[in-house]
Amino acid sequence: MSAPQMLNVQINGEWKQFPKGTRVIEACAQAGSYIPRYCYHPKLTSPGNCRMCLIEMGMPKMGPDRKPELGPDGRPVINWIPRPQISCAQDVAEGMGIRTDSPMAQECRRGVMEFLLINHPLDCPICDQAGECKLQEFSVEYGNGGSRFLEHKVKKPKKVAVGPRVTLDAERCVLCSRCIRFMKEVPQDDVLGFVDRGSYSTIAAHPNRQLDSNYSLNTVDICPVGALTSTDFRFKMRVWFLKETKSFCTSCATGCNTVIGSRQEVVYRQTPRENNEVNSVWMCDYGRLNFHYLHSERRLSRPAVKGEAAAWPAAIAKAAAELRSVPANEVAIIASGSMTNEELWLTKKLASVLNITLHDIVPHIEKGDDLLLSADRNPNTAGAKLLGVSSSKLAEIAQGVESGRIRVLLVLGEDAAGISLAKLKSLVTVGLLPSAATEKASVFLPSAGFAEKRGSMINVKGRLQRLNQAIQPPGEARDDWEILRDLIQAVSGANGVYAIEEVFRQMAEATPALAGLSLSKIGDLGVQLKLE
Amino acid sequence: MNDFLGIDWFFLATSLAKTLGIIFLVVLPMVSYTVYAERRISALIQDRLGPNRTGIPFTNIHMEGLGQPIADAVKFLLKEDLTPAHVNTFYFWLAPCLAMAPSLLTLSVIPFGSWLFGVPMVIANVNIGILFVFAIASLSVYGIVLAGWSSNSKYSFLGGVRSTSQMISYELSLGLSVIPLFLLLGKLNLVDIVDYQARNGWLLLPLWGEGLTLRRWLLLIPLLISFVVFTISIFAETNRLPFDLPEAETELVAGYHTEYSSMKFALFFLGEYAAMITGSSLIVTLFLGGWHLPIPWWSSGAGFHFALVDGAAPGIPGILGGLFNIATFFGKVAVLLAFFIWVRWTLPRFRYDQLMRLGWIFFFEIALVNIFLTAGILFYLP
Amino acid sequence: MAYTVPRPKLTFREKLYLPAVAAGLAITIKHLKNMLLGRTKVVMQYPEEKWDSHMPPHYRGAPTLVRDDDRERCVACQLCEFICPPRAIKITPGEIPSASKSEKVEKFPLEFDIDMIRCIYCGLCEEVCPEQAIFLRKDYAITGLSRAEMVHNKKKLYELGGTMHGLVNKWNEKK
Repeated sequence: MSAPQMLNVQINGEWKQFPKGTRVIEACAQAGSYIPRYCYHPKLTSPGNCRMCLIEMGMPKMGPDRKPELGPDGRPVINWIPRPQISCAQDVAEGMGIRTDSPMAQECRRGVMEFLLINHPLDCPICDQAGECKLQEFSVEYGNGGSRFLEHKVKKPKKVAVGPRVTLDAERCVLCSRCIRFMKEVPQDDVLGFVDRGSYSTIAAHPNRQLDSNYSLNTVDICPVGALTSTDFRFKMRVWFLKETKSFCTSCATGCNTVIGSRQEVVYRQTPRENNEVNSVWMCDYGRLNFHYLHSERRLSRPAVKGEAAAWPAAIAKAAAELRSVPANEVAIIASGSMTNEELWLTKKLASVLNITLHDIVPHIEKGDDLLLSADRNPNTAGAKLLGVSSSKLAEIAQGVESGRIRVLLVLGEDAAGISLAKLKSLVTVGLLPSAATEKASVFLPSAGFAEKRGSMINVKGRLQRLNQAIQPPGEARDDWEILRDLIQAVSGANGVYAIEEVFRQMAEATPALAGLSLSKIGDLGVQLKLE
Repeated sequence: MNDFLGIDWFFLATSLAKTLGIIFLVVLPMVSYTVYAERRISALIQDRLGPNRTGIPFTNIHMEGLGQPIADAVKFLLKEDLTPAHVNTFYFWLAPCLAMAPSLLTLSVIPFGSWLFGVPMVIANVNIGILFVFAIASLSVYGIVLAGWSSNSKYSFLGGVRSTSQMISYELSLGLSVIPLFLLLGKLNLVDIVDYQARNGWLLLPLWGEGLTLRRWLLLIPLLISFVVFTISIFAETNRLPFDLPEAETELVAGYHTEYSSMKFALFFLGEYAAMITGSSLIVTLFLGGWHLPIPWWSSGAGFHFALVDGAAPGIPGILGGLFNIATFFGKVAVLLAFFIWVRWTLPRFRYDQLMRLGWIFFFEIALVNIFLTAGILFYLP
Repeated sequence: MAYTVPRPKLTFREKLYLPAVAAGLAITIKHLKNMLLGRTKVVMQYPEEKWDSHMPPHYRGAPTLVRDDDRERCVACQLCEFICPPRAIKITPGEIPSASKSEKVEKFPLEFDIDMIRCIYCGLCEEVCPEQAIFLRKDYAITGLSRAEMVHNKKKLYELGGTMHGLVNKWNEKK
């Protein structure tokens, strides 16, 4: 593919080059003159209906020979269009001139801001968008200080449950149509539209329909104002308090990149983060809201031996004793596809130290879609495969446990997977929430959730991505890799490692696909692996 | 009876009574109330009120804060007695005792009254009185030095070091400044000095007895110099402002007692104030007539004269006279203590080099010259 | 560069110091005398005498919450929590149920705690409040026997704050 043709464009008096097909609004942003916008979204079509991105534009003045007339600097003389143009629906052209800060452009922005604010309620103190609201930001930058509007504001419906997960406040809406276009273009579920006319125009779901798509919360992300808010996050926490941790979603094998918003050891929301190799800028509602279990009241946060709370060293020692209490061929490990590569690597190491050959992960296959949600709900199936923990021996393990041939079972981050545990001599469980496996456990060790630990996973397309720690594990719960490290230490007596970077280093040395990588080299956007 | 087993039991009993009486009935209450006076006077000088609330507990009776010293004492006793891990424990514990004991010991040779019930009002009437005082007083430096050293803290240490050199420097002028007195009297016994003053006029107020001669007035000059040098040296010896460099708060936190708390700290505190009382007692004894207060009297036989109130007289007048003399002595001490406090809240602290310069270049020389001056006067006017 | 402070030239009298000492003693004794004679009056006898009547109108005492006639003014915007320099304020926001009269306001503080041990009485919370819901009143003697007691909860804050009328009519249905 040849390089795209470069076009000369004058932006605010300076000539710059942009590839053909660049939108004017993007070209200006690249040139350092950000143009305010409401309706324009780089991943959606441009309707040009908010009029916020008005600029002054001009084309080369053509001589009688249909060639651009050149000025004294050898550049084309620009014929300025006397009326402002929107910059979001226009591609750059050769010799185009753009003024983003001319008196006319400034006046246009001020005027558009005033119109948008005429009926906008003074809801900022209660509006969840406050702090990340484009209307607020552009009012500060381009708006008037006060309002000249003396009449009564138009009343529109507030607090409308436009969908099960989205609340609409029609008064706040600036009618940019981003949500309508998103639903039409991305999930292709054309459910939203404008109703009524003039100043009474309002967003609404089609009759007998709801905004119930699994991607509905993306409309909240792209809404430039507080019109669409997440019912889940609504009134929970102001956004400026949230600590933003770059991570990725562990609810399916896609691994959409996310930002975890947390404050004082509580996760309040997850929002998608742009990664064009994985999820563009979207994510599904299922994954986005699948974090509340971290703060569940049922969450187990103390190690227990036979149901009684125990101290960590005693619990680890007891677990190690249980694992060694029978011959290795009577022990099995059920690991999880939601464990990080580091944890899987240590699991494999534990198995080899104890000579355990029966180990596998539990598959979780559900219905996926063709957009982002993967049918494989294990976020790290590829990692388990790469590191040799998954082995398609689950059926054999199940049969062995039920027949009583396997007498000791180690379950890591999984439930019993439908296996009857009655004949086991002892069961060691590592996990977060109570389940059939934790109830029967001889030793239970509480571990950390996805937002509480660091580590790496490999998504369905073979992309190695990194989890970052947003909050501390609750109570006495510990990082999974530390639990496994302590178990290995307790059964083999070998010296453990002290940092997760060290675990990754050992893993990368032993695994060709990960050669040369380290946790920090993975970066925020992940690394594509070459898996066979 | 008095001589059972070769021991003078009467002497022993009276000495014990005097010792206990002076320590527990006079000095310790006086120390507490000197602290109280210090706080009230400093407050008044600074246009404040000071502690004026602590009175009888659980009532609204404030008594102008007279209960404050008792409350302070209780507080000191109840505070946690902390011995830091980094100190030399033995010396750390020894130091407060050494700071307290010398000041109380010195009091034993000071005549705090004339006679009461036929008993001389001095615990130990020793011939080397003033030498004993100097000998014991120089021991008090050990308390401070040991505190500073054993605390194992730089502030304490600096305080201790400063204190040592300061005390050694000023002991010199202290000792030299009183030599003119003994040139004049030819005795070291403090009881005799007071007796001399009762009969012949105070050394600083030679108004009666043989006091009104030219020789006595001429001698007043060196004695006045002695008095000034001695008083200032006492200020330095007791670490009072303007000579309180060992515990200069602005530089050394609290100086040698930085690491001390609770009763051990209180002992330093008591020691400092007891030293003030001892110092004042010495000044009173040496220069201001001790227990003697002249009563202007007119009788037909002798005309106008100063009557001597003497506890040695028989019967009730003797007892009253003895009590009056004791009261006189401690009244004078109290006035001097007030002067100490007044000076403290007036003058700023010396710089360390100024302190040393003052001690070695001025007071030492002045005291030395003063001796020759006195000797000259005594030589030409025997 | 070293700078030598010029020392004043002292006369012999000044070098003696003793006159200066005497002058100093005279000054201090004068203060003592004036205090004893009751001529100096500088100290207020707290708690018998109190500042209350002398308090200027802008005095910054304990922060409190105020109600409007029929609703609480605070909408839990958490700006005070954000601005508070010692982080004394902790708010848990909640949603006003649809049945309520002030449903239009939508949001209210479920819990509102001000830790008076932390509070520095700076008044930034009052200044930042967009709803005029938080006011620094004149209470200055905030005491308690435990740390928990020193945390003013919503109930206590409204007790201290009381009711104010008018001022904010943003949430008025007709406006």
